Amino acid sequence: MSSMTFDDLKQIMTTAVGEGEAEELVEGRLTVAFTEIGYDSLAVLEIASQIQRQYGLKIPDEAIEEMDSPQAVLDYVNARLAVA
Amino acid sequence: MTASVITGVGVVAPNGPDRESWWQATLDGKSGLDTISRFDASRYPTRVAGEVTGFDPAEHASARLISETDAMTQYAFAAADEALADASLDTDAFADLDLAVITANSSGGVEFGQRELQKLYSEGPQAVGAYMSIAWFYAATTGQLSIRHGMRGPCGVLCSEQAGGLDVLAQARRVLARGTRVVLSGGTDASLSPYGLVCQLSNGRLSERHRPDRAFVPFDREASGYVPGEGGAILVVESLDQARARSAPQVYALIAGYAATFDPRPGSGRPPGLRRAIELALADAGLRPADVDVVLADGHGVPELDRQEAEAINTVFGPGSVPVSVPKTMTGRLYAGGAPLDVAAAVLALRDQIIPPAVNTAADPAHRLDVVTDRPRRAALRTALVLARGYGGFNAAVVLRSA
Repeated sequence: MSSMTFDDLKQIMTTAVGEGEAEELVEGRLTVAFTEIGYDSLAVLEIASQIQRQYGLKIPDEAIEEMDSPQAVLDYVNARLAVA
Repeated sequence: MTASVITGVGVVAPNGPDRESWWQATLDGKSGLDTISRFDASRYPTRVAGEVTGFDPAEHASARLISETDAMTQYAFAAADEALADASLDTDAFADLDLAVITANSSGGVEFGQRELQKLYSEGPQAVGAYMSIAWFYAATTGQLSIRHGMRGPCGVLCSEQAGGLDVLAQARRVLARGTRVVLSGGTDASLSPYGLVCQLSNGRLSERHRPDRAFVPFDREASGYVPGEGGAILVVESLDQARARSAPQVYALIAGYAATFDPRPGSGRPPGLRRAIELALADAGLRPADVDVVLADGHGVPELDRQEAEAINTVFGPGSVPVSVPKTMTGRLYAGGAPLDVAAAVLALRDQIIPPAVNTAADPAHRLDVVTDRPRRAALRTALVLARGYGGFNAAVVLRSA
């Protein structure tokens, strides 16, 4: 996979926390903080963990700490995949 | 110091998934012990256990929370909801720092932990879920209840195996005396996965009998160990003054006395600590042995431990002079959930003026105990004593008295 789309991320986020458990992700709200849409820090860790497995990426802990919104995740992952 | 009282009770037990269905089953002598069904136990030496049945976690927590927690915590979600409703306690009416959660734990989230460890060794570290970092810890249940109910006062978890379920009531009493207004206490455990069962086998005390009605028979001549069970009880504890001021629907009992002792090291020749725990708890309550109307025994089911408990009871009360019961014969030993369930049985016994029975056991006359067996016994009850011993030398005793 050469890039991660909005739908890819949405799928991973749903798997991480369960269907209908957090605010549904919509494209216009990608920059809203995870904490405001029902994802705690462990949920973000879980999302990062699944991305690492699916995309074969190694994401350092410091980078996960910077992932404070869905957009930040997309930006980080796609930047990494572009140079891979 | 104002008295601490129990005003709400919630239960999840092998012989009933909620308070009143469990209590009715207990009075009816209906056991929850059976051959383990959750996994194929046919190659394990211990095959009988008290599994919770008829419990759907989805009725008590969101799908997300269920995926993030172990069964032990899901049982606590249900029991806590039931206890708070029973006490008619509106947590929103209190400041979050005035509310606390103090539970006992012994199993940890072992089924959850097993699942994640299997992912670790079959798929590697990346496959282990992030919630492994909290779900299987002793403190997971206290933490989840604290988040769920907005209880941010002096929370804690006590780990002294079966005795922990009484130790938490003492800690609840302590923080209430320092100004906390409500404590959610008690405990639930769940240890019935293959890994969980193997961990328990190492103590050498589990029954290897395979007949559900003969596997766990404390005080019987054929006693041969105990069977494990899961579940427990969550209790609402607050001051008597507050319970009266807010017109709580009921005050089940005062936590009138408590003591904990520790056994001497093996081979020291000194006596076990259970008798002192009873004496110290009575002294703490300001009561005499003759004031106690019923004893809910620890009932280990290991011959030497049964003998020691009978001796402790007889030394304090005199042989055969107080009714003794072991309702855990219908659930197995629930570890940290066991003593809270016995406290629930004690306070409902005080409410209904009836002693629940021990089942499947015929007390060995050599123990010289008046064990209430098979059928409940009507009695005038004002004061109950609950005993618990935890593996490793822990002893605890609690005196409960009608308010």
